[in-house]
Amino acid sequence: MTGPEGNSIAVHTENLCRHFRMGKSLIPAIDRVSLEIRQAEFVGLLGASGSGKSTLLNLIAGLDQPTSGSVVVQGKDLAALGREDLAKHRMRTVGILFQSFNLIPSMTLLENIELPLRFAEVDRAKRKEQCQLALERLHLGARAHHRPSELSGGEQQRVALARALMNRPQLILADEPTGNLDSRTGAEIMNLLLECNQSLGMTVIMVTHERGLAERYAQRLIFLADGRLVEEGETR
Amino acid sequence: MKGYDLVELALRNLRESVFRNSLTTVGISVGVASLVAMLSLGIGLQQLANRRLQKSGLFDTIRVTSRRDLRSLSREEGESGPDALESPPLDESARQKIALLPNVGEAYPEIRFVTELRFQDKPHLTVVSALPSSARTTDAFEGLEGRFFSSDAAAEAILEKSFAQRLLGSSRNATTNPAALLGQQLTLRYGERTAMPTPASATSSDNQPDMAYSVTAHYENLTIVGICDLDPDSMRGQARARVFLPEQLAEGLHVMDPSNLRDSTNMPGGSPTYPALEVRVASPRYIPTVESAIREMGFETFSLLDATKNLRQFFAVLDVFLGIFGSLALTVASIGITNTLVMAILERRREIGIMKAIGATDRDVRGLFFAEAGAMGGFGGGLGVVLGWALGHAINAGTNVYLKRQHFPPAQIWFVPWWLVASAIVFAILVSLVSGLYPASRAARLHPVEALRYE
Repeated sequence: MTGPEGNSIAVHTENLCRHFRMGKSLIPAIDRVSLEIRQAEFVGLLGASGSGKSTLLNLIAGLDQPTSGSVVVQGKDLAALGREDLAKHRMRTVGILFQSFNLIPSMTLLENIELPLRFAEVDRAKRKEQCQLALERLHLGARAHHRPSELSGGEQQRVALARALMNRPQLILADEPTGNLDSRTGAEIMNLLLECNQSLGMTVIMVTHERGLAERYAQRLIFLADGRLVEEGETR
Repeated sequence: MKGYDLVELALRNLRESVFRNSLTTVGISVGVASLVAMLSLGIGLQQLANRRLQKSGLFDTIRVTSRRDLRSLSREEGESGPDALESPPLDESARQKIALLPNVGEAYPEIRFVTELRFQDKPHLTVVSALPSSARTTDAFEGLEGRFFSSDAAAEAILEKSFAQRLLGSSRNATTNPAALLGQQLTLRYGERTAMPTPASATSSDNQPDMAYSVTAHYENLTIVGICDLDPDSMRGQARARVFLPEQLAEGLHVMDPSNLRDSTNMPGGSPTYPALEVRVASPRYIPTVESAIREMGFETFSLLDATKNLRQFFAVLDVFLGIFGSLALTVASIGITNTLVMAILERRREIGIMKAIGATDRDVRGLFFAEAGAMGGFGGGLGVVLGWALGHAINAGTNVYLKRQHFPPAQIWFVPWWLVASAIVFAILVSLVSGLYPASRAARLHPVEALRYE
């Protein structure tokens, strides 16, 4: 898919809705959102708590499915995909970074970052080498057999980023990636995300409520309020 | 996800909650152990009964008689083979033909006669019987004092215990221990049958010379080599013998038998005949075919095969009942597996969400829980077989202590065949997989966003 300026479109939503039923009332978490995100773009999704940022990110990630409308990621309409294809989309197309890191506490760092490769059925010898290399690059090679609880928050988020990148996705979806980090380690993670965007050409969509942080790193900001897209604009 | 990854992840997950999973596995192993112990007991008892019956020779032996025998005159019309008067004589040639039939182990004449035995110059009237060398394996010789015959033609005798005690009671010996007779001499007094030419006037209508015998008294000195507890011939003969001789020796004595008198009138010119032959087949299952082949040859047969059918049916029913009782514990254990896995889903809800977020399919998650259930079943099954084996061993040992106190010989009442080991492990895995069906499908259906939200 290509946009009006000739750039390929990574994400395109059209009248995207996600409503939740709470008792008798219907809550519109995302309401008629239409947007486009270009390939290799770094976008910041901003809004107050409950504005629908994370829900939109989940819809793009294929973790959730829309009530109505369409969400097309890398040319695939996720609303039309079954559970199996959505799982493949999460494995191959997107890499997700969470605020709370979401590393599996009972597994070592090596086992954690090896997990997406297991699901992708990569050969054992190849994936061991790939995982070790990834940890070396993040300066965590010596701690491969440590458990997440033995690492600092910044280190855990670096491991989570390594895990998100293992299957070389085209899209990184980061949900408040620095929310649990101090400013110095937060900046480290943001620099890594920027490197992925600029050096590897990955599209990055970052949910945050820190406007300053988003302005420093993102090329474009999209504002949501009450599930609706209220404003968008370039930062540089 | 590849199979080995699934197994590897399942095993590491089981290690994470090692105590709870071990308890569940022990539950399965107790179930499997009870199943294995029950079934191995059933199989062991069946084998014990079969062994005893096979050793008794009751079910692998066919008794063959001539149709010329008076008892055969009442035989039903339509039976196979020639009529009584046209049927061949039961002589040495018939014995050799029968011995050559497929699956026939041996065919030997039934030699049994009443005669006088002298021990320390005192006469004793008793029944003497011949034993083939194959009788060495019958259970009658399990508690044999002394030894079996050194050869088929040795001038040796084995005495039945009560007869031995009778001999001792009437002798000058101070002891009543039958073993004291071993090595002592016994004299057998019998009437020897010798064929003799007949006068020319005594020929039959077909110019065949009629049979004639002379009977002379003879003596044979025998060494007592063994004392047996049971009658080795058990129910095979019509009379219970008390003294046993080697088959070849007994045949060579040519003891005059009442049937010889009959032969002298109705067997023109033929060789001496046997009153009956004992035919031992390789296994009871060959009895019907061998019996039918012998009948085709023109002889009467008798076997006790039908009794084994009822016995087999009894043990089949016993095995089913023992299996059902044994499976009850396994059923309880399977509920334990379901409970453990449902608990694991609750505990690992977020982990399932994470796995789904990074690309695990529903099939991967379902497979993982299945593999965990299967691994618990496999370990439980393996441990259960070992426990069941140990339990069976203990029951066997305990039973033998009791048997010993009751003065019975030891017995193997428990047996674990390899197929039971394999089936028990496979059954444990299958039961575990069935128990894992609900938890695995519940885990696979978890919505990733809801699972990730779970704290």
